[in-house]
Amino acid sequence: MATVSVCKYYPGGFSFDNCKRNALLEADISKLGFSSPAARKTGTTICGVVYKDGVVLGADTRATEGMIVADKNCSKIHYISPNIYCCGAGTAADTEMTTQIISSNLELHSLSTGRLPRVATANRMLKQMLFRYQGYIGAALVLGGVDCNGPHLYSIYPHGSTDKLPYVTMGSGSLAAMAVFEDRYRPNMEEEEAKRLVRDAIAAGIFNDLGSGSNIDLCVITKGKVDYLRPHDVANKKGVREDKVYGHPVTGSYRYKHGTTGVLTKTVTPLNLEVVEESVQTMDTS
Amino acid sequence: MNTRGLRSQLKDSVPVTGLCPQAGPYGVQDSLRRGFSSVKNELLPSHPLELSEKNFQLNQDKMNFNTLRNIQGLHAPLKLQMEYRAARQIQRLPFLPSSNLALDTLRGSDDTIGFEDILNDPVQSEMMGDPHIMTEYKLGVL
Repeated sequence: MATVSVCKYYPGGFSFDNCKRNALLEADISKLGFSSPAARKTGTTICGVVYKDGVVLGADTRATEGMIVADKNCSKIHYISPNIYCCGAGTAADTEMTTQIISSNLELHSLSTGRLPRVATANRMLKQMLFRYQGYIGAALVLGGVDCNGPHLYSIYPHGSTDKLPYVTMGSGSLAAMAVFEDRYRPNMEEEEAKRLVRDAIAAGIFNDLGSGSNIDLCVITKGKVDYLRPHDVANKKGVREDKVYGHPVTGSYRYKHGTTGVLTKTVTPLNLEVVEESVQTMDTS
Repeated sequence: MNTRGLRSQLKDSVPVTGLCPQAGPYGVQDSLRRGFSSVKNELLPSHPLELSEKNFQLNQDKMNFNTLRNIQGLHAPLKLQMEYRAARQIQRLPFLPSSNLALDTLRGSDDTIGFEDILNDPVQSEMMGDPHIMTEYKLGVL
């Protein structure tokens, strides 16, 4: 361990020591013509809808790093509490850590109050944390759940503003998804209709936005029950490698059909073996 | 977001004495650990959030005490601040980091988790003060 003469212990949390160094490096790197590494984002389509008995949340499953798909099947619907789930768009690490911290805080809070946590509590905790960091934490969230007051749906923006609405969309594909919602949403839908609506909204985002893709995940939250459907629908089917000879998918198989190689000659040599010794060894099967 | 200029970031609810020069073990700028020094670096924050984060706990406490004073009168924050002052004095040996459990309990942050518990935990810090020097510094003998 390094030892300095007098060391003051700082309380912890974010350390801004490297900011100046990073600013210098970025200036130098761009002069040399390289580009600094990009954070992994979830250029995304996430949405939620309130229906008769609860809330349906939906998300796509693509995570991008600049122009490359970093994760083809990432999970964007995060657990907050048994009755509250949260979809996250923006920087993947930020959404992940923010939802985990709020989930822990909500668990401690509900142990302290002795009650099931409310969606409004999670909303307030999230918005206060995001406002504290002035938008530098890039997490755009769709928070939904069912508590003692019924189903609730909130959308939370990176700077800390929130909206409480019956249907919300976020992410780069939000406009495509919102178009579907604006056309077909009506209050007090049935569960199947709500699931179909969310599925179509996410599919619109997947097919019309470059940042969204792969599968559609759904989460149906009702009073006392949560259905986490992952994947609910595989919208972008990736082809399976086929073995042309057999016609069914076998990867890396080197088996050849009978008759591939023509037989030229066949010689049969019988080996004459005589039994010299025969002994029996019992196996210990205990 | 950055419509405010850099000058306005220097003003804060709690006056800051400036981001003082980072002196290393021999009293000179420690270039290896803290980078090159410049007057600009010492006066201006390296990140817009740096000042607000440094004073966040103080500002929160100020706000809470003000609210308490408005609701319950002057005695409430006065009594609480006395307790805070007492709790802050409960520390370990000068070179060991303290958990500040009493202070946390008074503040109510013993059942919350934030970034200060996960990132840069002082218990896991890689730097430690020299025990003899730290004790002498604390006792004022140095």
